[in-house]
Amino acid sequence: MVSDARYQLQNKTKYNVMRKIHFAIIIALLLTVSCRKDEFKSEIVPSTATKVTEAVYGSEIKGFFLLNEGNMGSNKATIDYFDYETGYYHKNIFAERNPGVVKELGDVGNDIQIYGNKLYSVINCSHFVEVMDVRSAKHIAVISIPNCRYIVFDKGYAYVSSYAGPVQIDPNARLGYVAKVDTATLKVVAECVVGYQPEEMVVVGNKLYVANSGGYRVPNYDNTVSVIDLDSFTETGKIEVAINLHRMEKDNQGNIYISSRGDYYDIPSKTFILDPSAGNVSDVLNPLPCSNMTIDGDFLWLYSTEWNYTTQSNSVSYAKVDTRTKRVVTNAFITDGTDSGIAIPYGLAVNPENGEFFVTDAKDYVTPGTLYCFNSDGTKKWEIETGDIPAHIVFTRYKLESK
Amino acid sequence: MNRSSIIFVSAFGLIISLTINLSAYSQETGDSSKIHLIPEAIVSAKKTRAEIVPVQELSGKQLQRLSAHSVADAVRYFSGVQIKDYGGIGGLKTINIRSMGSHHVGVFYDGIEIGNAQNGVVDLGKFSLDNMETISVYNGQKSSIFQPAKDFASASSIYMTTRTPAFGPGKATNLNIAIKGGSFETINPSLLWESSLTDKISSSVSAEYMGTSGKYKFRYAKRDGYDTTEVRENGDVNALRIEGALFGKVHNGEWRAKVYYYNSERGYPGAAVREEPGKFRHQDRQWDDNLLVQASFRKRAGNSYSFLLNAKYAYDYLHYLSDPRLDETTMYVNNRYRQHQSYISSANLFSLIDWLSLSLSADFQWNTLSADLTGFVYPQRYTLLTAAAASVRRSKLNLQVSLLHTYVKDVTEKAGGSAGDKSEFTPTIIASYRPFDQKELTLRAFYKRVFRMPTFNDLYYTFIGNKYLKPEYTNQYNIGFTYGINPSKRLVRVELQTDFYYNQIQDKIIAMPTSNQFRWTMLNLGYVEIRGMDLALQTLWKFAGWDLSARLNCTYQKAQDFTDPQSKYNGGQIPYVPWHSGSAIIGAGFGKWNLNYSFIYTGERYEAVANIPENHAQPWYTHDLSLSREITLKNAECRVTAEVNNLLNQPYEVVQWYPMPGINYKIKLNIML
Repeated sequence: MVSDARYQLQNKTKYNVMRKIHFAIIIALLLTVSCRKDEFKSEIVPSTATKVTEAVYGSEIKGFFLLNEGNMGSNKATIDYFDYETGYYHKNIFAERNPGVVKELGDVGNDIQIYGNKLYSVINCSHFVEVMDVRSAKHIAVISIPNCRYIVFDKGYAYVSSYAGPVQIDPNARLGYVAKVDTATLKVVAECVVGYQPEEMVVVGNKLYVANSGGYRVPNYDNTVSVIDLDSFTETGKIEVAINLHRMEKDNQGNIYISSRGDYYDIPSKTFILDPSAGNVSDVLNPLPCSNMTIDGDFLWLYSTEWNYTTQSNSVSYAKVDTRTKRVVTNAFITDGTDSGIAIPYGLAVNPENGEFFVTDAKDYVTPGTLYCFNSDGTKKWEIETGDIPAHIVFTRYKLESK
Repeated sequence: MNRSSIIFVSAFGLIISLTINLSAYSQETGDSSKIHLIPEAIVSAKKTRAEIVPVQELSGKQLQRLSAHSVADAVRYFSGVQIKDYGGIGGLKTINIRSMGSHHVGVFYDGIEIGNAQNGVVDLGKFSLDNMETISVYNGQKSSIFQPAKDFASASSIYMTTRTPAFGPGKATNLNIAIKGGSFETINPSLLWESSLTDKISSSVSAEYMGTSGKYKFRYAKRDGYDTTEVRENGDVNALRIEGALFGKVHNGEWRAKVYYYNSERGYPGAAVREEPGKFRHQDRQWDDNLLVQASFRKRAGNSYSFLLNAKYAYDYLHYLSDPRLDETTMYVNNRYRQHQSYISSANLFSLIDWLSLSLSADFQWNTLSADLTGFVYPQRYTLLTAAAASVRRSKLNLQVSLLHTYVKDVTEKAGGSAGDKSEFTPTIIASYRPFDQKELTLRAFYKRVFRMPTFNDLYYTFIGNKYLKPEYTNQYNIGFTYGINPSKRLVRVELQTDFYYNQIQDKIIAMPTSNQFRWTMLNLGYVEIRGMDLALQTLWKFAGWDLSARLNCTYQKAQDFTDPQSKYNGGQIPYVPWHSGSAIIGAGFGKWNLNYSFIYTGERYEAVANIPENHAQPWYTHDLSLSREITLKNAECRVTAEVNNLLNQPYEVVQWYPMPGINYKIKLNIML
């Protein structure tokens, strides 16, 4: 009996010890399987440099920055740089030049401009304007403006349009505003309430004209241009134009070209000419649908992408308008058929020095796009892969330093 | 012999054959048609049966011991399954089987499909494991031909089966009270009360509340670059679930009826993109109300005929609010969606000869959706599904053939706004062969073609919907084997299941941009090919007082997008599908103690079809550990469990910019009376 009990006790002790050993083995296994702590960190993606054309010296315009918007929610806004003096295209330069900036450039880059010696990039869904040094693309500061859209400059101040104006009673009827930023201090110094969901702006004389789209208030789009007196920085009036206004360009004649996106169903997109001195619309260019436009000298270049529910496809068109006669001079400024390979044009720019022009293709918005460079005669010069949704180009007179 | 005796004797004989027949033709996966009179404590040795289609299952104790809160968490441990998880307890979690897309997975709750005609996916994060008996995942379809037509109509399916009351000898009531609490201010009490009302009828009532603040820390860092730790805000969840069911046995059959109600409010934190720290907080909120009433009746009538009737009504309400008065950066959205669903089904089985069975099923469903969106067309959908199937069982060979006919008719309020009618036939063929009588080796293969209808969102969502959309088709080819062996007294059981597959998705519905980034439409442009291998290994050990079960799952998948042959990225791996992934679960029991360790690995993947460094996502793995102790009290059993999840505090995300929690803890107390 006693030996039985002792035998049982011995066995129990043995089991207890074995149990402890088993636990220890399991814990040890776990710890060995544990990984290097920092393995979850990925590398900062470096820029890619590709030679796309011959180097050119002596031009005033040293290169350009291309802002890729990135799909909303993907945090993939990026900046590319083309260098005329080397003929190299550098894709994705911001991250490697700013490794300490948390989460890189941000979500949805909506506009990029240069003023003085600074590069300004409006990052719409990150809700600020990223300010960089134009010679190095290094981060200087951010200017906090919720739901910011476009930026223009005049006499030391930057003007940024934003959808996020004061909410009054109806949260669905929320006006936008323009923020006035002192470019020396990079601080917002004043705000001026305008129409609904303001987009692009132009400065003519001492007035700022703002296109109000009303895009959040479907089907009750806004149809006005707000006029802001820059001395008092107050809205002095509104000009009625058409629904869903977006793009604005001013020409050498003192006129403003403005695009209406229509309602995507029955009302098509159209182009309007505003006479600022008269304070009203002087011409309607119809049919001339417009998604994006740019001015070079006396010519307005534009393209349009319109979805057609009947044909279940996008219909893309290009046009060039002589602003002296207000007439369309060509419906095909790309002359060698390259345009048939462009699925969704998204960016348009003309080099004022040599007449080269650039058109980007955003493709399906989730795959890298393509930038096409054309000679002034409309034939393709070179093309290169960009980031996602290549959209906005700004030419620079300062050469970008190497990293 | 008088008439009633003849009926009684033949009924008795039929019950025997019914049981045999049912166990042959239906899965013993806690199928709602069977009432288990097995005491609670039995550990079932066979988790993967020699099924003729690939099936994986988690049930009973192995399911309860997992450090998983919801069905979505548990399903990550299966091969070939991917959960797309938007983070935290409240984030959306959808299931994707063999990369065919979440819309192709049929989700069944107690045998009846849960549908969502609006967006076609079911949020599995809403289904708690509290009252869950079994979760099974089938590739192709369940290899039981005696099932509603719906069971034939998805490319793969997941079956969630709740507990059927089971009473120990002399007991007429079971009461199970549980309290769980843990990190991020999580509190989760629940209650299960089962009663044996008569010798033929039992009832069960289950209720659960879940509340959490969802405020977990997360970290983003780059090598030689930034390193930031933030807290997830606006991820709180308050959810309540109440279920009541009745179960009954009749002569040669059984029935069950259930009411299920779920109500929740949660915040949506949004993508954690670059923003000024603390400046603008996401304040989006969502309210859900789901009501489900369903009933099922199965009976054997006569020697060779059985039928199964199902009926269901479901109401789903979703309210989404994004308020610029709370979050100045946002656009005002205040949308309410209401869906009604009515469903009836009749399945009939004819067992003419012992090796041949035929079945014929018909299902009818009516869906409506109303939403307060501008220009909404208020669609209604009538669906009629008819399936005919035959099953042949010879000594070594099993063969099943089925043909499904789908007829769908959409009606909208606005004339000409609807997608019209669709009528399609789709086949399936399944075969298995067992070459050696003495060995548990089965070779199997199946081919299935099926489609999914465009959802209401795909067709009718204002500005984005496209009523000309066609259905999206899948072709699946699968070949594999299962092997089982009982090697020794220590290594009690080994089961191995391996399948190789090739899937195609045609006319894949994808979003295509139109004039600008905020305007998209849906088109049938996509084409995807998937080549993969799934492996599942289960082992059971018994030695030195220990009961050990070890389970290993591995998946290899090459899922390529061939939508645009002209594109430079043609053939790129589709977003979020890793080439390699796997999991392991080790459960060790010693007396009243139980230790559970689980591990999940997801290999590198890309966030877009363009497989370039900018879109590369790092591999991640998590370790979860839990320890529990059973305590026998005077009148009750008690179990205390302590859990540590993501033991090594690995920062990771499943969906880009939706971070997952780091290390977190949970304590559970279960009292069973």
